[in-house]
Amino acid sequence: MSNRMINLLVPAIAVILGLLVGAIVMLVSGYDPVAGYIALWQGIFGDSYAIGETIRQITPYILAGLAVAFAFRTGLFNIGVEGQLIVGWFAAVYVGAAFDLPKVIHLPLSILAGAAAGALWAFLPGLLKAKMKIHEVIVTIMMNYIALHVVNALIKTWSGGGDKTDRILESASLRSEFLSSLTDYSRLHYGILVALLMVVVMWFILEKTTTGFELKAVGFNEHASEYAGMKIGKNIILSMVISGAFAGLAGAMEGLGTFGNMYTRGGFTGIGFDGIAVALLGANTPLGVIFGAVLFGSLKYGALNMPNAAQIPEEVVQIVIALVIFFVACGYAIRLFLTKISKKKEAK
Amino acid sequence: MGFLDILYFMVPVSIAYAAPLIFTALGGVFSERSGVVNIALEGLMVMGAFIGILFNLFFFETFGAWTPWIALIAAMIVSGVFAILHAVASISFRADQVVSGVAINMLGLAIALFLTKMIFDKGQTDFIKKAIPNFDVPFLSDIPVIGPMLFKGIYGSSILAIAVAVITWYVIYKTPFGLRLRAVGEHPMAADTMGVNVNKIRYIAVIISGALAGIGGAIYSQTMTRDFGHATINGQGFMALAAMIFGKWHPIGAMGAAIFFGFAQALAVVGPSIPLIKEIPTGYLHALPYVVTILALAGFIGKATGPKANGKPYIKGSR
Repeated sequence: MSNRMINLLVPAIAVILGLLVGAIVMLVSGYDPVAGYIALWQGIFGDSYAIGETIRQITPYILAGLAVAFAFRTGLFNIGVEGQLIVGWFAAVYVGAAFDLPKVIHLPLSILAGAAAGALWAFLPGLLKAKMKIHEVIVTIMMNYIALHVVNALIKTWSGGGDKTDRILESASLRSEFLSSLTDYSRLHYGILVALLMVVVMWFILEKTTTGFELKAVGFNEHASEYAGMKIGKNIILSMVISGAFAGLAGAMEGLGTFGNMYTRGGFTGIGFDGIAVALLGANTPLGVIFGAVLFGSLKYGALNMPNAAQIPEEVVQIVIALVIFFVACGYAIRLFLTKISKKKEAK
Repeated sequence: MGFLDILYFMVPVSIAYAAPLIFTALGGVFSERSGVVNIALEGLMVMGAFIGILFNLFFFETFGAWTPWIALIAAMIVSGVFAILHAVASISFRADQVVSGVAINMLGLAIALFLTKMIFDKGQTDFIKKAIPNFDVPFLSDIPVIGPMLFKGIYGSSILAIAVAVITWYVIYKTPFGLRLRAVGEHPMAADTMGVNVNKIRYIAVIISGALAGIGGAIYSQTMTRDFGHATINGQGFMALAAMIFGKWHPIGAMGAAIFFGFAQALAVVGPSIPLIKEIPTGYLHALPYVVTILALAGFIGKATGPKANGKPYIKGSR
C-alpha cells in the first residue's frame, strides 16, 4: 500500500471508528443506534431546508478549520480560535449596526472588522510567544475566556443592560433571498462563498508566496530557518495574525449571515474547538479542511434532529466528534495496522 | 469596610477556590514530570465533577454525612480510569499529546452531558443535598487576625489539598519512585538504560494525574456549584495547568500559584462588595483571573522550561 493511500485511509478509518464507538455508546445506553443514525442522516439531508441549514453550519467550520490548520502548518497550535471567533463576531456586528453606509462599502467593512478583531486577538499570543517564549496554547486558552467575558460585558454596556446587540443594517447583511428561497427559506447566506474564497487564499499564501514558504519553513525547523536568515519572531506573529483573521471571519459569518446580531453567552460556541477536529481530519491542507468541515458541520447540524426523531440526546454526536479527533491523534496505531495488513498481502 | 475586613472576607473564599486547582495542578505535575503533556486536565476535572455530583445524589441515603467524601473517592477512581485513554494515546500510540488532550477534554464534557441528559432529562443535574461542609478549626480559629482569616469556615477539602501538596513534594523528591518519575521526564533513554520501565512509570503518572484531577473536579462541584451542567468546570482545568507552569512544575510552587489564582477568582466573585473594585463592571471582573494568569506568565515567571522530554513519546532505540 502506498504512503499516499495510507494518508488518505487514516482519517477515513478514524471517522468510521468514531461512528462505530458512537453506535456502541448508544447501544449500551439503551438507545437504538440505527434509528439514531437514520435521524442524523435525515437531519442533514432530509429536505432542502435541512440541506440549506447544513451548508450554513459548514460555513464557520471551514473558516475555523482554516484558522487551526494555518497555525498548525507553521508549527503553532492556535487553540484560541474560539475566542478570536467571538471577538470577530462582535466587531462585525458592531460595525454592521453602528454605521450607515452603502452596501458595497458597508458589507466588506463589516467583514474586515471581524477579521481584524480576530487577528488582533491572536496577535497578543503571537507576540508573547515570539518575544518571551510563552507557550501559545496556554495564552490562547486564557484569551478565549477573556473574549467570552469581555464581549458579554460589551454587549451589556451597548444594549444598556440587555442581553443582545442591535440588529445589523440591511447594508451589512450577508443574507440572500436567492439562496434562502432555493432551500425552503433556510438561513443559508453568502458566507459560504466567503469561506470557499478563503480556502483559495490560504492555499495561495502557503503555496505561492515567499511569506508562505517562510512560515512553513519556520514551522518545520526553527533553527534552520533562522540560520537561513528568516526572522522567527516576525513569522510567528504573522502566522498567528493570519490564523486569527480566519477565525474572526468565522465569527463575522455568524454575525452578518446567520444571526444578524449577537447574544450574551453562558459558554463557548464550540465552533473554534471543533475547528481543531476539522483541521486534523483535513491533514491541515486547504482542500482537506473543506472535507473536514463538511463532515463535522453536517454532524453538528444533523444531531439537532436526533432528540426529536429518535429520542437520543444530541450530545452523542459530540462524543463521536471527540472520538474522531482521538483516533486521528492515534494515527500511528492505525498506520501500523495498515502496513501490517499490506505486508501480509504482499507476502502472499 | 476596613482592609482587615476585606481580608477576612477574601482569604477564605480564595482558599476555597484554590483547593480544586491545587489538586488538579498536582495531577499535572505528576504527568508532566514524567514527560506526558496533560492538557486533558480540564476534561478529567469535568468527569470528576460530574461523578462527584452523581454519586452524591444517588448514594446520599446510604452514606449520609460521609457522602461527599466517598464521592471524592468515586470521582478519583473514574477519572483515573478515564485518564488511561490519554495514556494509551500519548504513550503507546505516540499521539500528539496536546491533540490527544484536546480530544479527552471534548470527550469528557460530551460524555458527562450525554449522561446528564440521559439520567435527568435536562441540561443539568439536580442540586445535591449534602455539600462538602465547612467548619471552624477548634482553638486555631480563636487566634486574632490569622484565626478568622485562615481557620474560620474552612472546607475540609482545602486542608486536604495542602496536605496532598506536601505529600506530592515528598513523593517526587524523596522517594525512589519520584526519582524515576523525574528521570523518565528528563532523559528517558538514560532512565531506560538504568533499568527503569519508562512506559510503566508514565502510565502510572498519567493515571495519578487523572485521579487527582478527578478529586479536584469533585471538590469544585461539591463546594461551589452543587450541581453539574455544561458550564460547571468552565476552564478550571486550564487554570490548574497554568498554575502548574507558573509553579515551574514543582508541587509546592504549583500550590502557591493555585492559591494565587484562587485569589484572582475570589476577586471576581466577591469584588462587587469591595470598595474600588466594585466600580469595575462584573463582566470585566469575570475576565480578571484570566488576565492575571497571562500577566503572571508574561511578567513574573521568567523563562519557564518544563521537563526536558515533556511531550515526546519514548521510542526505544531512537536517539
